[in-house]
Amino acid sequence: MVKHVDAIIVGAGWAGSIMAKELTEAGLSVVMLERGPERTTPVEGAYPDSIDELRGAIRKRLFQNLSQSTVTIRNTMDQTALPYRQLAAFLPGEGVGGAGLHWSGVHFRVAPEDLRLRSAVIERYGEKFIPEGMNLQDYGVTYDELEPFFDKAEKVFGTSGEAYRVQGKIVGDGNVFSPDRSDNFPLPAMKDTFSASVFRDAAKNAGYHPYALPAANASRQYTNTYGCQMGPCNFCGYCSGYDCYLYSKASPNVNILPVLRQDPGFSLIADAHVLRVDLDSTKTKATGVTYLDTKTRKEISLSADLVILGAFQFNNVHLMLVSGIGKPYDPVSNTGTVGRNFVYQTITSSRVWLPPSTYTNQFVGAGGAGVAIDDFNSMNFDHGPLGFVGGSPVWVNQAGVKPIAAALGAGGGGTPRWGSAYKDSLVNTYKHSLGIDAHGSNMAYRDVYLDLDPTWKDAYGQPLLRMTFTWKDNDIRMNQYVVSKIEPIARAMGATKMNLVHLNAGQPFDTRTYQTTHLGGGAIMGDNPQTSAINRYLQSWDVSNVFVIGSNAFPQGMGYNPTGMVAALAYWAAHHIRATYLKSPGPMVKA
Amino acid sequence: MPPMEPTLNNPFRRSVVKGLLGTTSFWMASGNARWAEALAAEAAQPYRPVFFDAAEYQFLESACERLFPADHNGPGARALGVAEFLDRQMQTPYARGENWYMSGPFEQGPANLGYQLPFIPKDLYRKGIAGVEHYARQQYGKGFVALSAMQQDEILTALEGGSVQLGDIPGRVFFEQLRTNTLEGAFADPLYGGNRGLGGWVMLGFPGARADFMDWVNQEGASYPIGPVSISGETA
Repeated sequence: MVKHVDAIIVGAGWAGSIMAKELTEAGLSVVMLERGPERTTPVEGAYPDSIDELRGAIRKRLFQNLSQSTVTIRNTMDQTALPYRQLAAFLPGEGVGGAGLHWSGVHFRVAPEDLRLRSAVIERYGEKFIPEGMNLQDYGVTYDELEPFFDKAEKVFGTSGEAYRVQGKIVGDGNVFSPDRSDNFPLPAMKDTFSASVFRDAAKNAGYHPYALPAANASRQYTNTYGCQMGPCNFCGYCSGYDCYLYSKASPNVNILPVLRQDPGFSLIADAHVLRVDLDSTKTKATGVTYLDTKTRKEISLSADLVILGAFQFNNVHLMLVSGIGKPYDPVSNTGTVGRNFVYQTITSSRVWLPPSTYTNQFVGAGGAGVAIDDFNSMNFDHGPLGFVGGSPVWVNQAGVKPIAAALGAGGGGTPRWGSAYKDSLVNTYKHSLGIDAHGSNMAYRDVYLDLDPTWKDAYGQPLLRMTFTWKDNDIRMNQYVVSKIEPIARAMGATKMNLVHLNAGQPFDTRTYQTTHLGGGAIMGDNPQTSAINRYLQSWDVSNVFVIGSNAFPQGMGYNPTGMVAALAYWAAHHIRATYLKSPGPMVKA
Repeated sequence: MPPMEPTLNNPFRRSVVKGLLGTTSFWMASGNARWAEALAAEAAQPYRPVFFDAAEYQFLESACERLFPADHNGPGARALGVAEFLDRQMQTPYARGENWYMSGPFEQGPANLGYQLPFIPKDLYRKGIAGVEHYARQQYGKGFVALSAMQQDEILTALEGGSVQLGDIPGRVFFEQLRTNTLEGAFADPLYGGNRGLGGWVMLGFPGARADFMDWVNQEGASYPIGPVSISGETA
């Protein structure tokens, strides 16, 4: 007898935890399956073990264990994709909390025009402006529709920030390019680190519009809408790659699960690797899921009326492909949708050295804190003469630089990577420099996509997901343009030296160095089932009792960090499931 | 805590013992003077490598010191205990490749698609050290340890540059593995056997496990005034 519940949720990160909370509130019985281990702040997050750099970010304690499953990667369709054997370019999470436990905490909304980027580009520059082979698409949902859910998420995450405009009134020194808000941030902005304050002054003097990054790092004590408590952040510097010992960085573990775990309608099963979503013979209805208990190595099937995929972006796509949900994307015939519009972000980090009398104390920081400008993000500047689509915020986001990471990254680019001269530059760089990032968008292309690898398999005998990805001319030129804007700001900061880093023409994607974990697309939302895998409510066009929640829904990679958008989309989908779907299950949008 | 063999060599235990030896409560609580004396004696002994043999260990002492030499900035790899760190790391899941995808087939491809060899870190060290020794004898007629610093640097430069193959292993792969783990050993918490006396952290001005900068978010570019502390409570 297969056990039956109302809803199964795959993945215990932000997307899964938000959906689980909403569906238990609606009275459903919910089982959340997490393939990694249980994780709680008092155990794994306890000081001082939680701030051990070797054990943490270096030995990758909270990240996906590639020995069990990974992806293969190639740059172009004529290559053989090879396994991503060692974590480097991107770091998906594993265990309760998912990547939401080890993230930094930069908590953006969205630039409204990014949600309708195809329409916005055509309105301003005409359809011919879009390069051949670029799959530029709208999300099918607007900022105004999502606004209440951005607001709701911020009040759950305890987000610190400075608003610009609330209900049509300018209220503060926030981001002038940001859209209207129904309410202020629940907490005041995080303080500027010294490095961020230098950037703020220089950017302002250059005529730009600096603002405090919105951070899901609590600037003060906070009790969220669920009654979960956060303590004030002390800028210890252990956000990115770590679990926060102070309960200051928002995570599913701190901000949702303490309450959800008390709900009798909810159960969380860790060490449960979902192998597939089970479908009926018509392939239009999910009957439940089958998972492997990785401790007992037993396969277990659970039956449910509703299946929510809330795993990491590419794991959602993988589950759809191995389960037969929707039609796999084929770039040659340009048909199918699952795997289409796989996107990343175009991120480069430049470095600025201040005089030797000035100490940047880079170990001081918070993952979400910093100062940014949006003058070159989204549609905030004239792309006409530039001839590319997309943009980048530019920021100083001093998240706390630890010594091993600093040492591994020092040298190179023509300077020694070992020996005494290397030590000179390492010490000087650690004490007196700061980083400035161009954190940019990445567009979707017909020949950049996800599918199943023909050769390599995971520990459970399933084919690995295959990524076909490289940098394209549009995004390289965007990155070069934005990085060129950093130079005068750096000069105004009093730079004694700078190392401006940008992508170069023809440079292929390199899997060996960390860039970002902000992967997106592959099962995107939209208003047309020929070009999107899920509808505007994140419901599968093909299997209507499956919803796919995550950055997999993004048709393009945006300049902003994705978690705020993922959280808002989760609350948006949950709202419509509760308001409409549960009353009358079935497709919510006519195909 | 990371997985570690229950040995008296455990540096965490050593530093705890060192820290406690001077306290009355330790002597009162221990109740076994002989045990306490044995631990104190142990703490003073040099580290005995478990994974590497004596020759391999000497190679690491020499090679790591060239990568991270003692100089005007501060101590080098030898003084920081990097070889001890490496030997301890060889006894962890990391060295057994337990977090790497190690399923075949192993096909080689463009460098930007990443590591594609069938070797775990333990293999890379065993084969890599043997390969460098062989190369040193071929080029200079002596083992690596017996060479001058300049000659050792020439070998390391050749490995880094990618012109040397060490049997099954490209010299560059071994070089990167050694460089990475050497720098880890210089800057990880002393809990793992390296960064002795917090010398790596002092050099950088990194305050270690303090992890509280409430008052130091912005001090207008002043240098942070407090020295480092380790996870076990050791200070520089």
